[in-house]
Amino acid sequence: MKSLPLLQKLAIAVLICLHLAVLGARFLAPYDPTEQNRASTLTAPSRIFPLGTDEFGRDQLSRMLWGGQISLATGWIATLLALGIGLTLGVAAGFWGGWSDALLMRGAELFLALPWLYLLLAVRAFLPLSLSPWAMALMIAAIIGTVGWARPARLIRGVVLSAKEREFVYAARGFGASPWRLITKHCLPETYGVLLTQAALLLPQFILAEVTLSFLGFGVAEPAVSWGNLLQPLRQISIIGGYWWMTLPVLLVVAVAWGFSALEDALASSNRANSG
Amino acid sequence: MFKRYLLRRLLHAVLLLAGVSVLSFVLLELAPGDFLGEARINPQLSASTIAALQEQYGLNQSLPHKYLSWLGSVTKGSFGVSFSYNLPVSTLLWPRARKTLQLTLASLFLSWLIALPLGVLSAGRRGGWLDRGTSLVTSLLLGLPDLVLACLVLFLAVRTGWFRTGHPILPITVLVLAALPLLVRHVRSALLDVAQQPHVRAARAHGIHGMQLWFQWLLPAAANPLASLFGLSIAGLISSSLLVETILGWPGLGPLFLEAIAARDFYLVIGPVMLSAVFLVAGVLIGDLLLYLVDPRIRTGI
Repeated sequence: MKSLPLLQKLAIAVLICLHLAVLGARFLAPYDPTEQNRASTLTAPSRIFPLGTDEFGRDQLSRMLWGGQISLATGWIATLLALGIGLTLGVAAGFWGGWSDALLMRGAELFLALPWLYLLLAVRAFLPLSLSPWAMALMIAAIIGTVGWARPARLIRGVVLSAKEREFVYAARGFGASPWRLITKHCLPETYGVLLTQAALLLPQFILAEVTLSFLGFGVAEPAVSWGNLLQPLRQISIIGGYWWMTLPVLLVVAVAWGFSALEDALASSNRANSG
Repeated sequence: MFKRYLLRRLLHAVLLLAGVSVLSFVLLELAPGDFLGEARINPQLSASTIAALQEQYGLNQSLPHKYLSWLGSVTKGSFGVSFSYNLPVSTLLWPRARKTLQLTLASLFLSWLIALPLGVLSAGRRGGWLDRGTSLVTSLLLGLPDLVLACLVLFLAVRTGWFRTGHPILPITVLVLAALPLLVRHVRSALLDVAQQPHVRAARAHGIHGMQLWFQWLLPAAANPLASLFGLSIAGLISSSLLVETILGWPGLGPLFLEAIAARDFYLVIGPVMLSAVFLVAGVLIGDLLLYLVDPRIRTGI
């Protein structure tokens, strides 16, 4: 991790700061994100509203900070879920092989062939509209997670498949170690590298999935704030053309995407350094 | 030989599509709402009217029954009936699918047209200014989501006023920019891999260089990874076109699909899902067949 390029370091630092700022929205945000100031709608950034206001006169900075809570949380929960399912299935398939392996590989192939953004939207459409924002965020995370397990499962299966053939695992097996011990003590540590890289890969995808859903109007409903909701006004030509500060939330998405891709690069190169 | 390979791949594709269709039916069925959700809370409609509508749309049938009758309609080419339009889904789907295909094929062609020379040139002068410039730009573009790219292009189009929204150049630009970084990177690394191989070094030692080396030694040897990349790039374009079309106002599958979702029009939702799955699977299939045609090692492998 010592010799990271400057740009990479910067992107990761921005990503961490963004997470901290979103976590501390309660202390950092100058206004209530849903408070409307009808007298000052669509005002340019000023000392009163540091990043301007939207078409209802809501403070843009506060909305960006608070909105991150739902967007980032959805991404993280969905990633943990996808990795959890992927890890369980991947380890089981890799360790025991046989029909469970064959079943998993076919299933994974099926899930990888799914046009998943389409499916995500489709399933979301048939969910009830009247859920509280956090229940909705959890639902969305659950759907994303259950659709996104296939790639990590395949990778983890591969790692476990090679890990269980290593000499020290044979030795442990020879000494009478139980399958549980073999898995937790000997195979799981080998998967950490893949898990971390996959997390860095899936997180921005899943955060973006929530943003996309809300942007299209199928995510968390107003008045709750998410980054997707903040981008929604951009679908109106008059707003995207006339009020540049309304495009600022795009930067958040860019920061998340660049930050995680830098993180993934860094993790991948440190993995290579460790194994090679 | 080729026929057998083709048949096997086709069978595989059909099985995969059948799996996708079952899975989407099950997932959509698990979600609680349906088309009549709003009619049910409408006080002007009586319970018997709702029941009649349910009967008419076949909403109270069991899942296997629904699925089988949908399969039957697929064999007749209609893909079920749209509740809100009261038309066969296929009549709504085909014109939109054609628009989407126009868009993706144009973007596919353009992105390869740009990526191939760019990848070749940056692999040829490794570490040169072009290589470093391309690698910086591709790594920046790679992180940019389609959503952001589309918003940026829309922003520029509205600000400069060069193109009206709805002009095909806008979605094509976004799709090409979204597809480009991955293509350039893969072309470059495939060529760098090949350049290290013994037969290329032997050719070089025999004094073959320039265009002849590129076209007779390097590109054919790199064709293998490039052919599978071709299939993947079709799949990628199809899945990003949903969002891009919607934001930039191109009347393809994307807007129709979102409209169907808002109306909870079950079969009109299933239609685009299946169609995009077909495009995805077809993309991979085309990649496999290309691979078979360009790489003799695969032909002898079976």
